[in-house]
Amino acid sequence: MRRAEFVTAIILALVSAYLMWKSGEGPEWDTEYIHWSNTGVNIDGSGPGKGFWPFYLALGMLISCIWIVINTIRRTSPPSRSEEPFMDGYAKKMLLLVGGGLIGFLILIDLVSMYAAIAVFILYYMLILGRHPLPLCLATSLVVPFWLYLFFDIVMTKVQPKGTRWIEDTFYNPAGEFFRGQSLIVIVLFFAVSGAVLALTARSARY
Amino acid sequence: MDIVAALMDGLWVAVQPHNLALAVIGVVVGLFVGALPGLGSVNGVAILLPFTFVINEATSDPAAPMIFLAAIYYGAMYGGAISSITLGIPGASTAVATTFDGRPMALKGQADRALVTAAVASFIGGTVATLFFTGFAPMLSSVALDFGNPEIFALMLLAFATFIGLGGDDIPKTLFSIFFGLLLATVGFDTISGEPRLVFFNEREQTALLETIGASTQAVPLFDSVSWFSRGIQFLVLAIGVYGIGEMLWTINESRYKVTMTETTISFSRIMAGIVGMKDAWKGTTIGSLLGFFVGILPAAGATPGSLMSYGVAKMTSRNPRSYGEGNPDGVAAPEAANNSASTGAMLPMMTLGIPGSPTTAVLLAGMVIWGLEPGPRLFEDRPEFVWPLIGSFYVSNVVAVLVNLAFIPLFLAVLRMPFTILAPVIFVLSIVGTYAAYDNMYDVWLMVLFGFGAYLLRILDYPLAPAVLAVVLGTTAEEKMRQSLLLSDGDFAIFWNPFFDRDGKGQEWWIAPVTTWIALILIALPIIIWAVRKMRSGSAAEA
Repeated sequence: MRRAEFVTAIILALVSAYLMWKSGEGPEWDTEYIHWSNTGVNIDGSGPGKGFWPFYLALGMLISCIWIVINTIRRTSPPSRSEEPFMDGYAKKMLLLVGGGLIGFLILIDLVSMYAAIAVFILYYMLILGRHPLPLCLATSLVVPFWLYLFFDIVMTKVQPKGTRWIEDTFYNPAGEFFRGQSLIVIVLFFAVSGAVLALTARSARY
Repeated sequence: MDIVAALMDGLWVAVQPHNLALAVIGVVVGLFVGALPGLGSVNGVAILLPFTFVINEATSDPAAPMIFLAAIYYGAMYGGAISSITLGIPGASTAVATTFDGRPMALKGQADRALVTAAVASFIGGTVATLFFTGFAPMLSSVALDFGNPEIFALMLLAFATFIGLGGDDIPKTLFSIFFGLLLATVGFDTISGEPRLVFFNEREQTALLETIGASTQAVPLFDSVSWFSRGIQFLVLAIGVYGIGEMLWTINESRYKVTMTETTISFSRIMAGIVGMKDAWKGTTIGSLLGFFVGILPAAGATPGSLMSYGVAKMTSRNPRSYGEGNPDGVAAPEAANNSASTGAMLPMMTLGIPGSPTTAVLLAGMVIWGLEPGPRLFEDRPEFVWPLIGSFYVSNVVAVLVNLAFIPLFLAVLRMPFTILAPVIFVLSIVGTYAAYDNMYDVWLMVLFGFGAYLLRILDYPLAPAVLAVVLGTTAEEKMRQSLLLSDGDFAIFWNPFFDRDGKGQEWWIAPVTTWIALILIALPIIIWAVRKMRSGSAAEA
C-alpha cells in the first residue's frame, strides 16, 4: 500500500504540473500568444485571465501531492503505514473481470446496440461471475434490457444507440413502430408480464 | 401569517394528485435506492435526474420535478438504515453511523426494533427540520439578498473549508480532491472570455501525436478535429462515475460478494412495540434532529458529518457511553434523525444561496438550473409558486416516507436477499444507460467509466471523493464570482478579507465577505493548529 500511495502521489503531482503548464496555453488560432500571459490577476484592467483560476488550482493540487508524499515518507497517513498490498489477488482478478466486462460492454454498444450489449453484459456477469443457473441468467439478461428499452426508448423517447444500420432496420425500427402504437396501459402490461416471467424463473431456480 | 398562508397554499399544491403520486413514487424509489448497498441518495437523484425531463413535460408544473427528486432524497435517507441494520454495510455514507448500533441490535435479534427506531427517528428528524426550514428560510433568503459577488465567493470558500474542518479525512487528500473538482469545472470554454481552455487533445495536440506515430487523421476515426473536451466535463459524468461505478467496484472488493443477511420477522404488533420503545431513544432523536439541521445548513457539510457528529454527541453526553456500539437504540436514533434533519437543512443554502450542502443537493441544484430555476436570494420572491409547494412536499414526503417504510420493511428485506452478483450488473447498466440518456453521446459514457475506475483506485488509498463531486458543481460559480470581485477591486484580494476595503459604493454589506472569509480561513487552519498543539503536547509529555 505504501508504494502505491507514493507512486500515485508522484503521478498526480506530474499531472498537476502538466495542468499548470496547460493552463498557461493560449487559443490555437492566436500564433502571437506568449505562454503564461493569461494567468495574471489583472490583465489590462479587465480582471484575471482565463488561465488564472485553473493555474492556481493546479498549483494547489501540486502542493497537496507534495504534502501527501511527505506524509508517506514520514508514515503519518494510514495507507503509508499499511503493510497490506494495494490490491490483493482477488482485487486484481475482480478488476480485470468486472472492469474488462465493462470495457467490453462499452465497445459492444457501438457494434450491436445498447440493449443487446446490456443483455450480453448481464449474461456474462451473472453466468461467469455470479455462477447463477442458466435459465435465470437468460431471463434476467432478456427482461432487464427489455424494461430499459420500454422505459427509455418508448416511454421517455430517450433513444439509445442502435448499433449497425442492419440491426436498427431489422430489429429496432419494427419494434419501435409496434410499441409506439400502444397505449401506456399496454406498455405497463408488458412490464408486468415480463416481470412475472422473471419472478417465476427466479422461483423455479429457488431464489 | 404570510408564511402560514404561503405554506397552506404550498401544502395544497403538494397534495394535488400528480404531486402526491410523484412523492409516493419518489419515496418508494428512494427507499430502494437508499437500501441498496453501493447506492445512496446521490446515486438515486443523479441516475433519475434525466427522468424528470418527462415529468416536467407531462405536468407543466415547475415544482413537480423537484418534488419527485426531493422525495427520492427523503426516501433514500430513510432507506439507508435498512441495509446498515440488516446487512451490516451502510446503504449510503449518511447511514454509516447507523451501522455502529443498528447491526449489533440486529445480531441480538432486535432487527425489527432497530428498523422501527430508525424509521420513527427519521420522521421526527425530518419533521423538526422542515419546521425550522419553514420558519427560517424566508428570513435567510432576505439576508441573502445583501450578498454580492465577494460575499458569495467568501461563502464558497467557507463551503470548501467545512470539508477540511468537519471532514476529519486526510487533509492533503481532501485538499487535492477539492482542487481537482474545481479544476474539472474549468474544462471547456471560459464563460467570461469565451476562449477554450484545458481542452486536451485539441487539433494541435492531435496533429503532433499523429505525426509522431506517422498516421493521418482519416486513418484514425476516433480522432475528431474538435476535441470532445471543448464540451466541458459534465457534473453527472463525474457523480455517476464516482458513485455508480467506483463505489460498486469498491463494494465488490470489500464485500467479496459475501453480503450476509440477518433473518428477521416483522408484524404489526412488533412494529407497535417498536414505536412504544422509542421512549428509550428520545435523547438520540432530539440531539440528531437539532444538531443535524444546524450541520446541514452549513454550506457543503451535508448529512454524513451531521449524522456522525450526532452519534458522537449522543455518546459523549450519555450516562452509559459504553453501551454504544453494543446495540443502544439511541445510537440508531441519533444518526437517523440527524441525516434526515440535515438533508432538509442542506436544502436551505441550496435554495436561498445557490450553495449545495451535500453531493445530493448539488445534483438537485443542477436539476433546478436545468429547469430554468435560479436558486439564490431572489428565489423566494420571484418563484413562490415553486418554493412553497416544494416546502409543502417536505411535510407530505415525510409522512409518506414513514408509512411506506414501516409497511414495506418485509418487502425490502426480500429484495435485499437478491444476490449481489445480480444487483451489481444492474447498477452498472443503470449508470451507463443513465449517462447516455442525459448527454446523448458515448464520449461522456467512456469518461464516466474512466472516472469510475479512477475513483475506485483513489478510494483504496483513502482519497475522499465527495469534495471533488461538490467542487465540480460549485466550481463555475466560484470562479465567476471571484473574477467579478477581482474586476471590482482591480485585482486586489483585500476585497475578500478587509472590512475597510473601499468598494466605491459598489458593495452592500461589507462585513459579510470579510467575516465569512476569516471564518473559512480559521476552519482551514484549525486542523493544522490542532495537529501542532497535539505535537507540542506529545513532545512535552515525552520530555516529562
